[in-house]
Amino acid sequence: MKPNDVILQSVTKVAVVIIFTFSIYLFMNGHHNPGGGFIGGLSTAAAVVLLYLAFDIEKVRENIRIDFKKLAALGVLIAVCTGLGGVLFGEEFLTQAFGYKELPIFGKTELTSALIFDTGVALAVIGTAVNIILSISEDR
Amino acid sequence: MSALHLAILMPFIFAFFVPIFYKSLRKIHTGWIVLFIPVILFIYFIQFIPTLLQGKEIVRSLPWIPSLNVDFTARLDGLGILFALLITGIGSLVVLYSIYYLNKDKEQLNTFYMYLLLFMGAMLGVVLSDNLIVLYTFWELTSFSSFLLIGYWYEREKSRYGALKSMLITVFGGLCLLGGILILYVIAGTFSIQELMTQVNVIVNHDLFVFAMVLLLLGAFTKSAQFPFYIWLPDAMEAPTPVSAYLHSATMVKAGIYLVARMTPIFAFDSSGLWVWLIGGIGIFTLFWGSFNAVKQTDLKAILAFSTVSQLGLILSLFGVGAAAIHYDIDENIYTVAIIAAIFHLINHATFKGSLFMVAGIVDHETGTRDIRKLGGLMNFLPITFTVALIGTLSMAGIPPFNGFLSKEMFFTGMIRVLQLDIFNMETLGVLFPVLAWVGSVFTFIYSMIFVWKTFGGSFQPEKMEKKPHEPPIGMLIPPVVLGSLVVIFGLFPNALLGGLIESVAYSVLPKFKYEVHISHWHGFGPELYMTIGVIVIGFALYQSQGKWKKIYDLFPKKLTLNKLYDSFIPSLETGSNLVIRSHMTGYLRSYLAYIFIFFIGFLGFTMWSMNAFVLNTSKVGEISIYEIVLSLLIVIGCITIVFAKSRLTSIIALGAVGYTVSLLFVVFRAPDLALTQLVIETISVALFLLAFYHLPKKFRHPETRRFKLNNALIAIGVGLVVTLLAISSYSTKLFDSISQYYVDNTYDPAGGENMVNVILVDFRGFDTLFEISVLAIAGLGIYGLIKLRLARRSEK
Repeated sequence: MKPNDVILQSVTKVAVVIIFTFSIYLFMNGHHNPGGGFIGGLSTAAAVVLLYLAFDIEKVRENIRIDFKKLAALGVLIAVCTGLGGVLFGEEFLTQAFGYKELPIFGKTELTSALIFDTGVALAVIGTAVNIILSISEDR
Repeated sequence: MSALHLAILMPFIFAFFVPIFYKSLRKIHTGWIVLFIPVILFIYFIQFIPTLLQGKEIVRSLPWIPSLNVDFTARLDGLGILFALLITGIGSLVVLYSIYYLNKDKEQLNTFYMYLLLFMGAMLGVVLSDNLIVLYTFWELTSFSSFLLIGYWYEREKSRYGALKSMLITVFGGLCLLGGILILYVIAGTFSIQELMTQVNVIVNHDLFVFAMVLLLLGAFTKSAQFPFYIWLPDAMEAPTPVSAYLHSATMVKAGIYLVARMTPIFAFDSSGLWVWLIGGIGIFTLFWGSFNAVKQTDLKAILAFSTVSQLGLILSLFGVGAAAIHYDIDENIYTVAIIAAIFHLINHATFKGSLFMVAGIVDHETGTRDIRKLGGLMNFLPITFTVALIGTLSMAGIPPFNGFLSKEMFFTGMIRVLQLDIFNMETLGVLFPVLAWVGSVFTFIYSMIFVWKTFGGSFQPEKMEKKPHEPPIGMLIPPVVLGSLVVIFGLFPNALLGGLIESVAYSVLPKFKYEVHISHWHGFGPELYMTIGVIVIGFALYQSQGKWKKIYDLFPKKLTLNKLYDSFIPSLETGSNLVIRSHMTGYLRSYLAYIFIFFIGFLGFTMWSMNAFVLNTSKVGEISIYEIVLSLLIVIGCITIVFAKSRLTSIIALGAVGYTVSLLFVVFRAPDLALTQLVIETISVALFLLAFYHLPKKFRHPETRRFKLNNALIAIGVGLVVTLLAISSYSTKLFDSISQYYVDNTYDPAGGENMVNVILVDFRGFDTLFEISVLAIAGLGIYGLIKLRLARRSEK
């Protein structure tokens, strides 16, 4: 059914790794450099979409067993929980905290609750984007 | 809660139990149980008379909504007790009559007596409330219960028509009344009639006084069926006869008169004379018009309905003329006689009109028809009914020795004295009062004769009647006989029985005056007596020669009657509003968008123009670089391509180009986060557009031409212009410094980040972000749902 796209698939295998890395970079660096949850999430979604383009939908689904609708919901849930975390410590809703810790490999690193919030954002964006594209492409 | 409040609310409380009695005691006619209520109330109210005759009044207050100055204050004075006695007294008789009139096996008695009790309580509330808002509440309850009672036989089309008509007209008046009450509150700051009376000078001199008065009178005139609002009353005759006798002759239609009488101590001080002219003028014209129209009716109840209209006009005109008394000396005032006449006639009318309605009901009940063309010669079959009818009609026509004669003489006295009024331009048009009064009385005489002789006199026509007539059961005869004997008794001994009561009522209508009621049958040869003789002679002559002059009714074009006006007004209102809605609710999205945009242009443009808000200030404008010019040009070219492209595909590509250029502009304006996001989002949205394009039906993909519409172009240019001007003006008038310095200072230190955009997004204003991702998730789920859940298509399969 599909023409032989060995080249596309081979390039995809390499490119996906690079795109994933880049998007994680964008995501982790968001607090200090351009990037963040939104754009990081979008570029991750782009990598997933590339996988869908190069391989069959069924094949990708076998390997990545994620329900993207649930992923989006999970993202929103995480973001809300971060906000509630501040409430637990007697602060107002969505109060963020950060601190510096010595970690085994990374050395002195900034740990911030904003990152968890951003994770929520990223997951919601990935879930939504892939969900939209998948539902439209599956439509007959 | 005092006993007085309990008395007002008792009919309401009892109304709840009526259905229970109806269901559990099927063998007894429900009316027997209901009968207790008005009888007990009548006895309760009658015991207050000695107290009131001494000039005292009874006031009981009950807080209802104290914060809004609305208290349920019950006040019992002369006027209140008169109406309370009418309501409960005639109420008792009507309930007794209805027990024999309505068959307990054929009719829904539970609803009938519930509505009747509701009405009775509401009417008591109207006449005994001192607070205007409470009065209004009960006022609307009377309209409402009257609507239910007129439509009692709801399976008949005419009943529904009559009920709707009376509802529309009386509720219109009721709402006007509410407006008047609210204006009075604005002027005087109180809803209490007693307190309003202490502020007469403030009220009369206020600018809004005329509005309050006219609105209040609209309420009174619609309720009391005055010209031109009388048209609902003849159609309300579709109600069962006890209802007509009770509501539409003795009580509800007098609510307007009550209101006028109650407000006289406030409004009569008006120095422009509008009060006197409006009430007196409309009343006297209604008197003439009602009696004139009553003559041509062929239905017994229709004659009585027009007669009621005419008599209500008589009473109102007397109240109007009586109000002039305030502008003359307190002592030896010749105009207070009008007030006394009004009160006396009010009582008389309730007695004789109630009995006549009951007579009409008996005739209907016994022969099966109310048409005077089919009736005749019933004198020998219904002797008692005939006697009552004769007494009632003679009293109505104003023949001695019945009470109607006395009040009509006083009416003439009052109207003749109008000629001596030297205020309010009465010397010019005032002569109409006695003339119309006399002509109206002649017609009253004629229709009274028609009522009694066409029904009971003449030849008996058994073939036209459904039943063989005979006297009704005794219970149906008692109420009209009681009322008929009251007509005679009041006529024979008016001073002894009513003198004190009338004085006390007159005192509550126009305080400060001295009243000595002295009603006599013989007061020498005066103009009144000649007028009465004239009424009888001419009336009798005209009655005899009916056939010759009745053609004048055909002269009046049928298209111009008020009923035709009402009948065409309601449908034209419907078609009119239909037209209005259809003219702009086109169902096309483009029309609604055009409205929105035109409103936007007009409203915003007008506001800016009227506020003088167009400003151009170039001092804050930054330097323009070559990149910005080039990119802006690119965007403009892209936009022009979008609008003028022939193929949709070209438009989509151009749109993408615009989006990417915007992303480049973000780069130039140093917004890397925005640029990144814009780039990705533009890609996705262009892809989605292409998808939509791909699935278009073939013929829509490449439309041959795009039609140019001048309207759309003008609206688009207008919106663009207004937005541009708005942007330039608002940039030119920046009033405060930006708060961005705060973010610059605090991004790293308390918030722990270096990317300010991101820190604002997740730290300073994370709340927005939280909901934006919720929006995203909802959009994703929405698309999923739209595509996967196609119930319509699934059911087709």
